[in-house]
Amino acid sequence: MAITSKDVRHVAALARLSPTDEDVELYTGQLQRILAHVEKISELDTEGVEPITTTAPVSGRMREDVVIKGLMNEDALKNSPLSARDSFKVPKIIE
Amino acid sequence: MNYEPVIGLEVHVQLKTESKLFCGCSTKYGAGPNSQVCPVCLGMPGVLPVLNRRAVEYAVMMGLATGSRINHESVFARKNYFYPDLPKGYQISQYEEPLVEDGHMDIEVDAATKRIGITRIHMEEDAGKLNHGATAEEAGSSFVDLNRTCVPLIEIVSEPDIRTPDEASAYLKAIHDIVVYLGISDGNMDEGSFRCDANVSVRPVGQEEFGTRTEMKNINSFKFVKDAISYEIDRQIEAIEDGEKIVQETRLWDSQRGVTVSMRSKEEAHDYRYFPEPDLMPLVVTEEMISDLKDSLPELPAAKKVRFIEEYNLPPYDAGVLTSERPLADYYEETVKLAGDAKVASNWIMGELLRLLNEENRSIEDCPVGPEALTELIGMIKKGAISNKVGKDVFEEMYKSKKSAEAVVKEKGLTQISDTGELSGAIDKVLSANPDEVERFRGGETKLMGFFVGQTMKATRGQGNPGLINKLLKEKLGG
Amino acid sequence: MLGTIEELQERFRNRELTSKGLTEAFLRRIDEVDDSVGAFITVSKDEALEASDTADNRMNGDGEITSLTGIPVSVKDIFCTKGTPTTCGSRILEGFVPPYDATVVRKLKEAGAVIIGKNNMDEFAMGSSTENSAYKKTKNPWDLTRVPGGSSGGSAASVAAGECIASIGTDTGGSIRQPAACCGVVGLKPTYGRVSRYGMIAFASSLDQAGPITRNVRDAAELLGVIAGFDPRESTSIDLPVPDYTAGLGGGVKGLRVGIPGEYFIDGIDGEVSTAVQNAINFFKDQGAEIVDISLPHTEYAVSVYYIVATAEASSNLARYDGVRYGQRVDDGDGLLEMYKKTRDRGFGAEVKRRIMLGTYALSSGYYDAYYKKASQVRALIKRDFDLAFKECDIMLTPTAPTAAFKIGEKTSDPLTMYLSDIFTISSSLAGIPAISLPCGFTTEGLPIGLQIIGNTLDEATVLRAAHAYETGTEWHQKRAKL
Repeated sequence: MAITSKDVRHVAALARLSPTDEDVELYTGQLQRILAHVEKISELDTEGVEPITTTAPVSGRMREDVVIKGLMNEDALKNSPLSARDSFKVPKIIE
Repeated sequence: MNYEPVIGLEVHVQLKTESKLFCGCSTKYGAGPNSQVCPVCLGMPGVLPVLNRRAVEYAVMMGLATGSRINHESVFARKNYFYPDLPKGYQISQYEEPLVEDGHMDIEVDAATKRIGITRIHMEEDAGKLNHGATAEEAGSSFVDLNRTCVPLIEIVSEPDIRTPDEASAYLKAIHDIVVYLGISDGNMDEGSFRCDANVSVRPVGQEEFGTRTEMKNINSFKFVKDAISYEIDRQIEAIEDGEKIVQETRLWDSQRGVTVSMRSKEEAHDYRYFPEPDLMPLVVTEEMISDLKDSLPELPAAKKVRFIEEYNLPPYDAGVLTSERPLADYYEETVKLAGDAKVASNWIMGELLRLLNEENRSIEDCPVGPEALTELIGMIKKGAISNKVGKDVFEEMYKSKKSAEAVVKEKGLTQISDTGELSGAIDKVLSANPDEVERFRGGETKLMGFFVGQTMKATRGQGNPGLINKLLKEKLGG
Repeated sequence: MLGTIEELQERFRNRELTSKGLTEAFLRRIDEVDDSVGAFITVSKDEALEASDTADNRMNGDGEITSLTGIPVSVKDIFCTKGTPTTCGSRILEGFVPPYDATVVRKLKEAGAVIIGKNNMDEFAMGSSTENSAYKKTKNPWDLTRVPGGSSGGSAASVAAGECIASIGTDTGGSIRQPAACCGVVGLKPTYGRVSRYGMIAFASSLDQAGPITRNVRDAAELLGVIAGFDPRESTSIDLPVPDYTAGLGGGVKGLRVGIPGEYFIDGIDGEVSTAVQNAINFFKDQGAEIVDISLPHTEYAVSVYYIVATAEASSNLARYDGVRYGQRVDDGDGLLEMYKKTRDRGFGAEVKRRIMLGTYALSSGYYDAYYKKASQVRALIKRDFDLAFKECDIMLTPTAPTAAFKIGEKTSDPLTMYLSDIFTISSSLAGIPAISLPCGFTTEGLPIGLQIIGNTLDEATVLRAAHAYETGTEWHQKRAKL
């Protein structure tokens, strides 16, 4: 199941990237090579193996429901490229 | 052909915790934009989530209240999509292994009980809010407020067991009553703390498999749920009859026009790429935690209703009304305890009290007349200090002015006249003013008694003791 | 010229040296050499001088003294520093000034360390050569035509070039150990969860772990002792007391069971690397350690698992860089979707975009089971390999990297070849266990070679003890790059 340029375009759209046609060609080739290597894992029989997604020797920690003062509005917005009305300003969502 | 609708609801409930699901920011509604935020809920680089214990407890309570299975281990997952109200570019939710599964909710429609299955209840964080430009200058912009981001939610997903818009509405109401009863949510639909999506399809009666369904987003009132589902059922049946195919899509309820509108054109193909959240370990809920929560669970509306019928001898309807909200039930029970008369207390609350509250759309918690004040009023009537009829006026005045019953009665001079001499005088005047009626009464027309009582009450501006008036009239007329 | 941190503390105590004097010396050194090394993105001169003053006051009786009080260190630019720009080597975070300190940074500051600056790195820690930084290329101090390794190349180079005493890097698949090996310094990746990740910009959340890069093993033990420990801000943080890692350093290796995993001694290894590691094994044997042949049968799958798991997590972790709340935004007025795409397309470099796409693909509908889920199952097998092997041995010895530092530009055109630089470090990252790299020789071209010592979960003490024994018995760590 080699990745195609169509797949690359789809994945780029999901990830909010907009590669040029040349980029797509380049990425397709590179990802094909990487995936060909990576697909080595498919030869292993993993029937019944419980997947692990973390290794921390820790079990479910929770915090108490206590309010802790956060950032002042101006500090929250300080790093924003564009802000107004005490808010982050973005192009209008077209609905 | 006859069609049968198949309906499932997804209800999002904001949990009434002090702090957010994964950080310590306040969840209070109505603060200025971006004033209840911190690096964690702003999704700043390098920050990490830590789970709020109380939110977990609330979710477990809802699971217990719906007879569900609480999974000892459940897993948080990331739901990935881009939107400006979602700072991290993913929502922390639960996907393959939710906290709660396999519950149910019993609803009553047309005096029959029906059980609606609950597939799952999972925990997730809320998104922020977008405000759109109001002025011409701002028309091209949206303004992102992240106060609501990361506020804890549970999503309650029903089985497709609902068959009519009335059932949908009853189910939603039942869920609403329970979350409010449990005290895990304020259930405020206007502020968005209780929201509903509906999945609707139709199929020919007798057909096993489901038809193609549409999803309606954010139908946030009991009435809209009914209206939107009714409309959608009709629309789908009509479309099928016309030979069209139903498209699986998201539709929006336009309450102004009373129609559902396709959102298909704005939707892109979603692929949420769920995977286990590596920043959180599996959520472990111990048997001990579950049994502690079980013990702390308040009596739920259905059980309370049965008890009210048995313990207070109330008709099922009255018991249903009085147990519909926990504060109302508490108010009732407090009054019964103080006044010692279940029937009288129910009459007052079901009658005057709810009438006045409903007129102003006020909740029982804001009622200016508390159980003690009501008990005082009931006591005055019982003692005969005022009549039941005067009592109603007194109650209304108490409600308006927050004064005690005694103060109102004293101020307005409403104390019942139980003085034989004074009442005798009034009766004599009534009798001499109505000689014809006296004649007819004596001639056997005894039902005129009511007329004389009424006239006497009128003469005493309603303050005459009705029992005494009756007695005196009988003496005078019968003599 | 400089000894261990312990010796510096002795000189502070004897009033032979002040923190300010030491800090000034390092700032001068940075001025002299960093134009050619390129180890720093930000040099915090004013803050460093101020911190050194505070440290000197502390040492003059104004407060508690720790092993790090007054010691000039640098941190990788992946750690958020309150009030100091933090870029993670990326254009997309240009201008970002965090309103918070990473826990590691807070702990360093509380200990009285002088943070002298922030090190260059591969963008979002994605790379093995530090060539993927959006800001500069860091050169290997031993040979300026070569890479320092990566992604903590700036950290390793800054220590090797004598621009600071030590640095804190991060390791996701080898990003502390491989550059340490390339630069002839010591680099320790602790057990996953031992050092807080709060405020450390995420690449792959289930793998990222911070650790020290130092001139010698004792310093690594000192630093680990300061930065390790439970953090209530992190749900995967280990809630266990932090031992005194320096206490057992002198214990030697007599009787220690040293495992040699056959799968790590393969054809692709450079001959000189192989010889150097073999000599190290002989050293341990001579010191009375018991050499045990062990097997980690799933080693050959580790790179594959890593490039699925790490990129999948990264694709999600990097979704927050959207130009809305911080960093750079590109908005040509053609709507939100275009703003997202242009911001991310121009803000991220090629390697980052490649990994985002790979990870997005591995999680996408229809591929999740074959890639992400399958990889997570194989990860369990890899972890099990280690669990079984550690029944037969206490530590493992392997090369850190298959070759010494390669030439700048040598591997940039072929991502897969670059990925294979990490074949010996990735398995222990996937298993979450501690591992250290320390110098064990030089190639004929004079490039350092790294020895990796892998330990069992939370057994940093044994790893450090073995490393210290080797270091004490050899002189590799005393050689300095000539600049």
